[in-house]
Amino acid sequence: MSKLSAIGHRLYTGEVSYDFIGHRRRWYLVSAILIAVSLLSLAVRGLDFGIEFKGGADFKAATMVTAQTVDSMKDALRNSGVPNLDDATVNTIGNNQVRVQTRTLDPTEEVPKVRTAIASEVGIPPDQVAYNLIGASWGGQITERALIALGVFLALVALVIGIYFRDAKMSAAALIALAHDLILTVGIYALVGFTVTPATLIGVLTILGYSLYDTVVVFDKVRENVRDIRSSTTRTYSEAANLAVNQVLVRSINTTIIGVLPVVALLFAGAVILGEGPLKDLALALFVGMVSGAYSSIFIATPLLAQMKEREPDMKKLAARIRARRAKEAQKERVAVTTASSPTSAPEVTRPGVAEELEPSNAELEQASSATGNGAKRVTPVEVTVKPDARSHREGAHRDGAAKRPQPQNKPRSQRKK
Amino acid sequence: MATTTGHPGRILIALAVLVAGLITLLAVSGTWTPKLGLDLRGGTTITLTAKNTTGSGTVDPNSLQLAKSIIQSRVDSLGVGESEVTTSGDNQITVTVPNVQQDELVRLVGQTAVLRFRAVYTAEQIQPPAQPSASAEPSASGQSSQEATAAPSSEPTAGTSEEAKPPEPSATNSGNSKPNNKPNNKPMPALPTAPPVPLDKACVPADGKGTPPDQALDWQPSEGCQSAFAEFTCETKVTEVPDQGLFACNQEKTEKYLLGPTLIEGDQLASAVAGIPQNNVNWVVNLEFNSQGAAAFETATRELSQKSDPQNRFAIVLDGVSISAPSVNEPIPGGRAEISGNFTQKSATELANVLKYGALPLAFDVSEVNNVSATLGGEQLRAGIIAGIIGLALVVGYCFLYYRGLGIVVVASLGIGGVITYACMVLLGSSVGFALNLPGIAGAIVAIGITADSFVIFFERIRDEVREGRSLRTAVETGWRRARQTILIADTVSMLSALVLFVLAIGAVKGFAFTLGLTTLIDVLVVFLFTKPLMTLLARTKFFGGGHKLSGLDPGHLGVQALPGTRSRRPTVGRPAAVSEEGA
Repeated sequence: MSKLSAIGHRLYTGEVSYDFIGHRRRWYLVSAILIAVSLLSLAVRGLDFGIEFKGGADFKAATMVTAQTVDSMKDALRNSGVPNLDDATVNTIGNNQVRVQTRTLDPTEEVPKVRTAIASEVGIPPDQVAYNLIGASWGGQITERALIALGVFLALVALVIGIYFRDAKMSAAALIALAHDLILTVGIYALVGFTVTPATLIGVLTILGYSLYDTVVVFDKVRENVRDIRSSTTRTYSEAANLAVNQVLVRSINTTIIGVLPVVALLFAGAVILGEGPLKDLALALFVGMVSGAYSSIFIATPLLAQMKEREPDMKKLAARIRARRAKEAQKERVAVTTASSPTSAPEVTRPGVAEELEPSNAELEQASSATGNGAKRVTPVEVTVKPDARSHREGAHRDGAAKRPQPQNKPRSQRKK
Repeated sequence: MATTTGHPGRILIALAVLVAGLITLLAVSGTWTPKLGLDLRGGTTITLTAKNTTGSGTVDPNSLQLAKSIIQSRVDSLGVGESEVTTSGDNQITVTVPNVQQDELVRLVGQTAVLRFRAVYTAEQIQPPAQPSASAEPSASGQSSQEATAAPSSEPTAGTSEEAKPPEPSATNSGNSKPNNKPNNKPMPALPTAPPVPLDKACVPADGKGTPPDQALDWQPSEGCQSAFAEFTCETKVTEVPDQGLFACNQEKTEKYLLGPTLIEGDQLASAVAGIPQNNVNWVVNLEFNSQGAAAFETATRELSQKSDPQNRFAIVLDGVSISAPSVNEPIPGGRAEISGNFTQKSATELANVLKYGALPLAFDVSEVNNVSATLGGEQLRAGIIAGIIGLALVVGYCFLYYRGLGIVVVASLGIGGVITYACMVLLGSSVGFALNLPGIAGAIVAIGITADSFVIFFERIRDEVREGRSLRTAVETGWRRARQTILIADTVSMLSALVLFVLAIGAVKGFAFTLGLTTLIDVLVVFLFTKPLMTLLARTKFFGGGHKLSGLDPGHLGVQALPGTRSRRPTVGRPAAVSEEGA
């Protein structure tokens, strides 16, 4: 834990950093695959809507579940005297409950009969059989209201985003991240075949709020970092945004873990203790959505934002200016490489592996930063190798260059991305 | 107390007063547990959707309100406590009845209210169960038991100028009916067949044939029927069959009637309005029939007016209860009639409303029935509580692991938040009937995360400030200023979700939205009034302010070399280059 905290410090100052924006293609690809799978399973398998949306009846009775429970219950239903119960589904929940789902029944005639049939089958009084009956047209109304709720909520969220960011590109990026989370959550439901109930829907709507909140936290920091970006000489928009993501990373991880922990407890209680019901449905949607929300705010929303912003003429000019400046510095640093190399290689031994956790390999980073077009000059075959010597040479050189700049936060970024 | 220490202390005291106030309120109200929803204690929820029987068009809100009160009285007639009937949306009525598993309830609640006009064959005064004084004094017997008189309105206008009301309606009628009819029913006492034959079947002829409305006036009850009527008490439930005779009581159960088959169906009544006719001081109820009803009413009143009491009376029967049984003195043509008696404004309006309801173009669909047995309810409650305990333990555990000593702040803040939330739920339960259901519990558990999120934001901000080189005391203040904004935004988003969900949610899941909104508000309260002042105070202690190893604020933990107090950020500046070299 203290390790994470210490990393938090380095992430904050920028001395350790993962190039989220540089690696955006990789994460776009990951998300694209996930979304494709989601849409595909949605198209092929569709969603399994609960009786709340379709109409139907659902009976639950406590019993000791045996191997014959399902079959004998089906027989009991057939003999209940209520017609058209052949497509009723009977399943067991845990080892002490049996559940019967049927078409929608007449509340005054058919329900008592089915209830009695189930009760006598499991040997309890009929009033101990809990049931839930949804009329067919009512199911249609619930579906309609659910769609209205979803539409209204999305519109409101878009409005809030628009008002809060007052920036078309930020709003667009945030909305894309929202859509991403929504599609992934729905996709998981289609893929695994979980039943969609009103509680699921509530969960989905709630995660829209969560996802928005995650994005707000990151974008807030981005805004803070790019406030004076136009006059900046050290950072492009992408770099400033990347620093923001790194700075809020530990916080995002922490808030996500803390947000997810109670949901895990709910999921446990809903799935293990109760087996079925609103707890499980709600928690499942929340769980998928929260994880996806944290992921998309970091890996999707911010890179998208940076990408869009970099297309602005201002930002293009800024990037060009910084490139030129770095090219000049790189030349100066090349001279300094030989003199600075040896003293800086020493501290390397004292803190091994800390940075590794979030920084897979320097080589990758270098490639990536060159891919963004920011660090073009500096990437030479020597630096891409992971030989310690070559790297310490390079880093030593940067350190000299960095010492000229006072802000501690900027330094490491500039080291990497001259 | 110095000014620097007074501020946070005072806020904490204010919060303590608030919490003490809530607990006092709990003590005063005398309830210590929240009202539980039916999914946690067992019971039945029925959702009815009103349909406009006239075809298209919306459901009139007034009609829906009337329907609601009728359904409420039907549910009450089952003698179950704590039932609730509410309208929701523009066409729904929700009935919740705890711990009643009767299928009877669904049947009773779902049926359409039916108003029928039937001729009175026999009327008999009976002792009301509880209030003997009611029958003694005619005027005291209330609006519905009075024997009001239907009289013609000769003018086409509603407020008829003709003085149609007999001067002393109730006194004469009740006096007559009692002695006249008792002997009539006596001749066949205690037939052995009476108990096995259900009361409502006794008057059905052997061939089971009904009597159409145009022959209803000629209907004669069998002897068995009359003897069954003698046995009949108002406590007995009788199923109403339109084209058969009926046993009914008035609402006060002071008089029982043997009624003939339906003369006129309630849907032939076009309107019923309470008012005071011109040149009059007493309230009356004006009825207006449609053309078909008007013809039937004229025929019926012509025949009835020639009979003697009580057979010159007709009963207006709603859901098997006679709501009014006026006598007829003359034929009433034109479809307009006036019921008069000793009405007050209230009683006349009530009667008019009930009459209107019977003529309401509303039918109800049983849209949803949710029935939870008490066992399942208890199990769901248990699961909810277990989930809450696990969730809380996980969050607290994580906070201790990651924030060490600051975990105490998390536990204390969550504890305070929990106490306030609990108290609010109990108070809302006893004041506005808020019932905590399973989705509500889920909302509260999810809120543990949301509340703890606020602390994470605050703590991380403090750490950021420390990393920027501020002393801990300063970091708490500057960190707070920045965190405050983020916390408020986060809570605004949560609140927004909760509001939208609450407005748009259907049924039980509303509970989730409600508790989410409630706990979000409480989160703001706790963070501002508890966590922040507590942190300010703690930053002054040696343990936290001095960056003790276990405080969660020690330099090593934060990744800075020494806790910046008086020192500059020099160490912070020096380290990055050295560390970043270890990347591989």
